[in-house]
Amino acid sequence: MSKELIVSKIRNGTVIDHIPAGKALTVLRILGITGREGVMVAIVMNVDSKKLGRKDIVKIENRELTAKETDMIALIAPTATINIIRDFMVIEKRKVVVPSVVKGLLKCPNPTCVTRIEPIETVFETISTNPLILRCVYCGSELGLEEVETQLVSSIT
Amino acid sequence: MESGFKYRDVISITDFNRKDLELLFDRANTLEQYSKSRLRLLENKVMALAFFEPSTRTRMSFETAMKRLGGSTIGFTSEEAISIAKGETLGDTIRMLDAYSDIIVIRHRLEGAAKYAAEVASVPVINGGDGKQHHPTQAMIDLYTIWRIKGGIDGLTYGVLGDLKYARTSASFTLALGLFRPKKIYLISHPLLKMRENVKRYLRSRGIEFEEVERADDVIEELDVLYVTRIQKERFPDPSEYEKVKGTYIVNMRLISKAKSDMIILHPLPRTEEIDRKIDTTPHAAYFKQARWGVPIRMALLTLIFDVEV
Ligand SMILES: [Zn+2]
Repeated sequence: MSKELIVSKIRNGTVIDHIPAGKALTVLRILGITGREGVMVAIVMNVDSKKLGRKDIVKIENRELTAKETDMIALIAPTATINIIRDFMVIEKRKVVVPSVVKGLLKCPNPTCVTRIEPIETVFETISTNPLILRCVYCGSELGLEEVETQLVSSIT
Repeated sequence: MESGFKYRDVISITDFNRKDLELLFDRANTLEQYSKSRLRLLENKVMALAFFEPSTRTRMSFETAMKRLGGSTIGFTSEEAISIAKGETLGDTIRMLDAYSDIIVIRHRLEGAAKYAAEVASVPVINGGDGKQHHPTQAMIDLYTIWRIKGGIDGLTYGVLGDLKYARTSASFTLALGLFRPKKIYLISHPLLKMRENVKRYLRSRGIEFEEVERADDVIEELDVLYVTRIQKERFPDPSEYEKVKGTYIVNMRLISKAKSDMIILHPLPRTEEIDRKIDTTPHAAYFKQARWGVPIRMALLTLIFDVEV
């Protein structure tokens, strides 16, 4: 059974494909989607993928992602592809790119980092994408995927 | 000569390369003979000493270096810093010092404070220690001591002993070794005080051989240089655990008896009981020389930053 039979096409909105299996709900939470918005949201989890073995797909009606949202998805689902749909047609295909520098999005985990006390925007450098490791440019503390996910999810809800 | 130091901030030892440091060592070597003189090289320059955290040694060493070069210093003590810090951000304090001085030396309890100060200030900023992160001028002194006594840094076997997790000096020293080609580095510590992962990753990225061991006894015979830092009782969740392990990390005559005759011991000072005082009078003790060379190294650094010929 193909995935197209499980989930109908959307007229306008965004399809996020090639999400690592099991991460679809995290992606939705990062986008702040609860299901109470009244728009159609389709989630497909653990379907076969040539590239990934298994993958998740999320379709969201009437929503186009901002650059900041794309960056957040890139951090936790670096394999994701984002298709913008208008009138049932894919008008734009974006491959997410893990940003080399992440500004202002995350909190430094080190309680004695200068960014935790002084009014400074945090800056993390991506020192590895697989596994994801971000390093605070101020104090050198590192953030892994799990911590990044936790922070991104809790910053929304 | 154009150098990598000219009007640059000194935040982390890894901001510099081997060539920079060799230039610094040559300059310090020249200036050693003037470390009790009053030169007129920086006559019109003012150094701001922003010591938000007490550190008599580092502060006095910078102050002496600046004054020996003919410059002057302004600054506040850590007690004054407390009242300054009340209601004022670090950024605003740095802006004030930036307006008054030609160079700022900052010591602060927060990691990243020096980097942030450097972003705010237009004049060069020297990190005199930020939290448990960096202490680059200490690392310069450490390497200079080895360079002076051993004639170079490369090809030697190093032991870094003590608190490798929280002591910024052991981290900065190990990072600094990564700029050269040491034969091998032994990271000797209690499992609770192991070197931070980012430092180890840096060593790997530079292709430097290192090994983590728990006991100095097991490797002492191989070492050319032993770098010792203090283990603080507070680092152990259970004080009785500290009592149990502290003996393992004390450098005494018994340990030294197995070492090479020309093995040298470094310590950033002040020390407590981690080095037996009997060692002070042996040729192994390099830590007093190390302390003395703090002034010529900082003099050298200042002349290079201000780009004055010596
Ligand atoms: Zn930080």
